[in-house]
Amino acid sequence: MTTTATRPGAGGIRAAISARTLRTDRWWLAPLITFLGLSAWVAYATVRVFLHKWFYVEEYHYLTPFYSPCITDRCGDAAEFGTPLPSFWLIPEAAFTLPFLLLFRLTCYYYRKAYYRAFWLSPPACAVPDGHKTYSGETRFPLIFQNAHRYAFYAAGVISVINTWDAIRAQSTGIGLGNVILWVNVIMLWAYTLSCHSCRHIAGGRLKHFSKHPVRYRFWTFVSKLNTRHMQLAWITLGTLALTDFYIMALSANWFSDLRLIG
Amino acid sequence: MNRHFRVWRGDSSGGDLEDFDVEVNDGEVVLDIIHRLQATQAPDLACRWNCKAGKCGSCSMEINGMPRLGCMTRMSTFTAEETITVTPLRTFPVIRDLVTDVSFNYEKARETPAFAPPAGVAPGQYRMQQVDVERSQEFRKCIECYLCQNTCHVVRDHEENKESFSGPRFFIRAAELDMHPLDARTDRKQHAQQNQGLGFCNITKCCTEVCPEHIKITDNAIIPMKERVVDRRYDPLVRLGRKIFRRDQLEDPVPAQRTAPRTAETPSGQRLPEGPPVGPDGRLEIAELAAPLQGGLSPFGEDMAFPLPPERVTYHHPDADTSPPPAGHS
Repeated sequence: MTTTATRPGAGGIRAAISARTLRTDRWWLAPLITFLGLSAWVAYATVRVFLHKWFYVEEYHYLTPFYSPCITDRCGDAAEFGTPLPSFWLIPEAAFTLPFLLLFRLTCYYYRKAYYRAFWLSPPACAVPDGHKTYSGETRFPLIFQNAHRYAFYAAGVISVINTWDAIRAQSTGIGLGNVILWVNVIMLWAYTLSCHSCRHIAGGRLKHFSKHPVRYRFWTFVSKLNTRHMQLAWITLGTLALTDFYIMALSANWFSDLRLIG
Repeated sequence: MNRHFRVWRGDSSGGDLEDFDVEVNDGEVVLDIIHRLQATQAPDLACRWNCKAGKCGSCSMEINGMPRLGCMTRMSTFTAEETITVTPLRTFPVIRDLVTDVSFNYEKARETPAFAPPAGVAPGQYRMQQVDVERSQEFRKCIECYLCQNTCHVVRDHEENKESFSGPRFFIRAAELDMHPLDARTDRKQHAQQNQGLGFCNITKCCTEVCPEHIKITDNAIIPMKERVVDRRYDPLVRLGRKIFRRDQLEDPVPAQRTAPRTAETPSGQRLPEGPPVGPDGRLEIAELAAPLQGGLSPFGEDMAFPLPPERVTYHHPDADTSPPPAGHS
């Protein structure tokens, strides 16, 4: 039993609790799923980007989003914007856009949470100790560049337009399952891009007086609604991107043929 | 029905988890059980509490490792066999048993510049539209239980960051004032970045997860504040413009480091506490004194006298009652 009188500010010593965490729930499950999901997706995407084939279905003008816009000599009819780059195995077909897409997802406020927890263990879960001795957060190089998210967002907006163009180009003859998949993917990509926290800020979050900017306030309200689903959209778009790419790869490699709905 | 509890007992000189078997009834919360322990087995068990309704923010503790309010954690969320471990907040120095010294938070609060109305607007004359003040109002729900401060790994796992990091509770305060339609200070973003350590946050959202008031701390306060800092610090177009037009020299620099030595009253924090915004007479302005009358103002307007003259009332009196008054009525 403690008998000494204690007063605030005297000790400054934390409670001596030996267990690193006393959480009894399965706190490791969410970071584990994130780790496996993101690793699997990155592995699939890397393989696909450097495969350099099965990216285009000439008959229906289906181009996979991983190769859009196609700008190397390999592209053939898939090239919509010329082919300024040579075909070298290290150069992805979408060399101008993939770095920006990668940057957009890397600096995304949701993915930051996901990989800081699942990959960097800083922290792995709430009230579970950080896996590192020191911590400076995003105050210095290189993580201070997470603040460049806004510029990646602008680039992602342009790339979403290009993806929309791909879906429109594929609309030339009839409607197949491939068209439906491409459209679902594009709509989800737009939803993910517009639900971005930077977009929310630019749309109206930076204003002090909403009452003076009623149109921007409405746009901000719309983006805010999407923004609450940013995490779901981040995962959904990973799914639709991989699915779209796989479907077009399978068609291109003649593993199966496109299910034609009309024509 | 009896349940098994483990409660941390001790003080700054050391302590350990102590085992208890204690009666639990339907509808009880963890704080009820702590009170039963005090009443039956451990009369000297120290625990801070007040309202038992999740509104005072006193009974913050860690229950099975998660920062929670004792009064809002229902016993029915645990299985009958489960051992329930109750410990004090880890991030703050322990005083005794479940009571911790949370003065870190009060110190950080004093370092946050107070609301500053625009010049020429006296208290009582504030007028703003609901749509403008709505975002700030979400943050006013804060009950200052400091669960977010406790769970934030920046200070929880790295004691050395306490000096330069204010924590989620004060980021929502900074956001509240920066978004406030009548706040005239323009250096809140600078303050958040340079003095509060906004850059330490890596948005892992634990503050939002533990908030008993369900304030969207990360999405609605920290990320918007980070974006506002980007507006003026990391936006290359803005920087270029500021260089060209020499705007960077027009702003008052905010002292990045503390300018006074650490004392027992202010052991952590980069910025010194600020005094209240007093007038030239050394006194605060008080809203009622700006009004022509004492007390609350009339909802009908101060120029309205009651009773109204009969020609101004818009209804007819019922016919006068001509019957004699009842017996005994004076």
